[in-house]
Parts: sequence; structure tokens; C-alpha cells
Amino acid sequence: MTAWFSQHGRSVAQTLQRFARTPLGSVLNILVIGIALSLPAGLYLVIDNLKSASHQFATDPQVSVFMALDADHTEVARVAVRLKQNPRVQSFKLVSRDQALQELRQSSGLGDVVDSLPRNPLPDAYVVNSKDNSPQALEALRDEMAQWPRVAHVQLDAAWARRLDAVLRLAQLIVAGLGVLLAVALLAITFNTIRLQVLTRRDEIEVIKLIGATDAYIRRPFLYYGALQGCAGGLVAWLIISGGVWLVNHNLGELSHVYASLFAFKSLALTDSIFLLLIPGLLGWIGARLSVGRHLALIASK
Amino acid sequence: MITLSHVSKRYPGGYQALIDIGFAIETGEMVFIVGHSGAGKTTLLKLLAAIERPTSGSVVVNGQNVGALKPLAVPFLRRNFGLVFQDHKLLFDRNVFENVALPLQIMGYARNESARRVRAALDKVGLLKYEKSFPITLSGGEQQRLCIARAIVHRPAFLLADEPTGSLDAEYATEIGDLFRSFNQVGVTVVIATHDQTLQARLSPRVIALKQGALAL
Repeated sequence: MTAWFSQHGRSVAQTLQRFARTPLGSVLNILVIGIALSLPAGLYLVIDNLKSASHQFATDPQVSVFMALDADHTEVARVAVRLKQNPRVQSFKLVSRDQALQELRQSSGLGDVVDSLPRNPLPDAYVVNSKDNSPQALEALRDEMAQWPRVAHVQLDAAWARRLDAVLRLAQLIVAGLGVLLAVALLAITFNTIRLQVLTRRDEIEVIKLIGATDAYIRRPFLYYGALQGCAGGLVAWLIISGGVWLVNHNLGELSHVYASLFAFKSLALTDSIFLLLIPGLLGWIGARLSVGRHLALIASK
Repeated sequence: MITLSHVSKRYPGGYQALIDIGFAIETGEMVFIVGHSGAGKTTLLKLLAAIERPTSGSVVVNGQNVGALKPLAVPFLRRNFGLVFQDHKLLFDRNVFENVALPLQIMGYARNESARRVRAALDKVGLLKYEKSFPITLSGGEQQRLCIARAIVHRPAFLLADEPTGSLDAEYATEIGDLFRSFNQVGVTVVIATHDQTLQARLSPRVIALKQGALAL
């Protein structure tokens, strides 16, 4: 058991020596892998962020009913009665035009513009929650309410969120495809790196085979090399992404203040970070295993 | 103990290297395999260490049929042998100590035990003071002795040497010959393929002569 550990320890040490012996080549390889990985991982993160934002809306869909600008109080109140009687409406809330103007002034930072308006351009509006949140029910409710007198416009607030959700699902598929392609690229990079190493260490391999090294012993430092190179690439990708998130959050301070709940850009979760380190390591190991197996067989056959 | 019976080796392409060879080498013997270049000496050594496999016949080492070994078992068979090569096959990116430590590393020796044995082997061949040097800085005779240190560091039962004095001048050759004799005296079975007459005269071993791939009597 101690022999086993010391052999593996030595293999790791040997592997690190190999990295150190060709520092430029190793660093460039790791950078290539890191940058390649940061693409799908970064896109995944962007989509994840947008999704959680769109979910906030999509799960609590509201219907906004805008009254005509010149509708008077009784006409607005009559719509409230209809809403109260409608079996499909769960709850509703009046946002009066004064109230809406007040909110706009406070939340958008457009106070000066709002103040300079000669008169309030906003209509009275109801924010309605439907009992049934399925898209069909919401659309039916919208069509019904649009027929009511003095109602100017009915809008499904969640519609854009739902559309975004659909687009994001497609984008996710594309990122998954990109991820698969880059995984193959990582395999190819590792395969080639290890191929060159096996060829330059051909004499050494032949000698240690002659003095009784098993194939497992010969393979081990190459496998460690592949795995460590993959992990290092994953680490580079993680740094690129974390740096990117920091830059976004730092520079968009103004914007994120305004859209506080929406665009506080989240970084990679712990489990995602661990995957980002381990999966490239595993892929590197596999690439190295394929390469070293093939090239050892070639050496043995000569 | 090594036993060969009816061993033939034909290389792909039709070259017949060995024809119907049969002999036995007892444990603790010193044996020279002699003959002209191309007589099949090197091929014979390669068959013993499972570097080549016989086309027909059987090579039995310590009760194991070498020709029928599974690939996974070959490394473990090779650990019974110390191999000395004419071209040394040293690793030039490692120093003297690391070259000799290689077999022990492969066999998983602990670092302390390994260092102790490496120093003993280097002391035996007179290279202890060059421990930290790189092989490229050593003379031809020193490189050959380094190769011998690597071959005996794991205390193999058999020492196989292919033309160990082939590229050396007479003085070095004598030193090397004495080294082989000292290993043989502590019980190692020594098999040397050579056409060096002076070495043969000095060590007066049992001789197996080959002529064009067959045993010459």
C-alpha cells in the first residue's frame, strides 16, 4: 500500500516536472483549453442568470388592463365591478394614473423628465391576477377584457418572459452542443499533446519496458499529465468567468442599482465550479488514455 | 535455471536467426555465448528476456515458459533479469543516481531502501563519486559500468549481457570482466554474448558456440 502511494506520488512529481520542463508549451496548452471551456461555461452562466430572472415573472403572470386616457372615475369603477364578478379573476389592484406617475418618477431616475411634462400621460390601470395561469386561459381573459367599454389596451406582462424562456431553452440546447464540441476539442488537444510526449520519450519508454515496467506504470505519468492539464484548463476557465462576472457587476453598478432584483449577476455556484474543474480533468484523462494506449501499442509492435 | 529445447526463430521476412537450439543453464553458472556477428547471439538473449518470442520450441526460465507468457506477465519475468546492453541504453536526462534507481522505482521500493541499494550498486562498480553527474559526462567504460549497476541494483537472479566489452579498450574490458566474475561468485547466473576472446580467456566460463544460427560443437 505504501509502495502504491509512493509510486503515485512519484508519478505526480514526474508529471509536474514535465510541465516545468516545457513551461511555455504547457501554459499555452492550458490557456487554449481554458479559453475554449470558458465559452460554453460562460454562456451557460449568462443563460442561467436570464432564466432565473425570467422565471420570477413567468411564475407570477399578471395582466395589465389600461383604461382609455379620457375615461372618468365612474367608467373606471365600472370595470372594477366587472372584475369583481368575473369568475376567472382571482384578485386585482387599481394603479391610478397619479400613483403610476409617482412610481415612474421614483423608480426610473427620470424625475426631471417626468416633472417637465405638461400633464400626466399615463392612464388608470388594473393589475389583474388570473385564477388559471396557463397561457390559453390568460389569452382568453385578455381577449374578454379587451372587449369591455373604455378599456384601451390589455397586456400580458408575462408574455415576454415566456418568450424569453422559450428562447433561452433553445440557447441552452445550443450551449450544450457547443459544450460537446469543445469536449471533443479538449480530447483532441490532449490526444495530440500526449502523442508528442510519447514520441519524444520513446527511448525512455523502451528502456523502462526492458527493465520490467508494466504498461500501467508507463501510462501513469501521461494520464496524470492529461488530467492535470484538463483541470488547469478548467481553473483558467473558472478564473476567466469569475473575472468576467466581477467586471460586469462592477461596471454596471448604476444599471444594477436600477434593476436591482433583475441584474445582480450571479457567479458560478459551488457545484458548477467543481464540475468545471473535474469534467475537463476527466476528459483530459480519457484523451491521454486513448493516446498513450495507441502509441504504446505502436512502439511495442516495432 | 534456464532450459531451451528445439528453439527456432525466424524473423518476419524469412531471415532464420536460430535453428533447433537446445541447452540448459544451471543456477549460478557463468556461460558465454560466442560466435561471429550474425550467428544469433543477440537473438538468443532476447528470447531469454521475452523481448522476442521463439517461432517454435520452448524457452523455460525458472519453470515459466517464456514463449507462452501473457503480455501482462512479461514485466514480472523481466524483473528476474539484469540486462546489460552494448549501447548502454542510459537515460541522458537523468543523473547517474536516478538511472540506477529506475528498476527499483518501477518495482515500487521505498525511497530510503532504494537510495541505500543504489549507492551499494554504484559503489560496487566504482561510480559512487559520480552519483550526481549526468551520463553524458562519463567515459565509455564508465557508462558501461553504470549500465551494469542498473542491471544488478535489484539483485536479479540472472545477468544477461550483450557484447558488454564491444566498444571498450582492453583495460576497461578487464575491469568489466572482473565485475561479472564477482557477481557470479555471489550466486548470480551470468550469461554473456560476446566475441571477445581475451574476456573469455580471463573468465574461463562454459562456452556455447553458435554458427549461423545453429549450435556449433
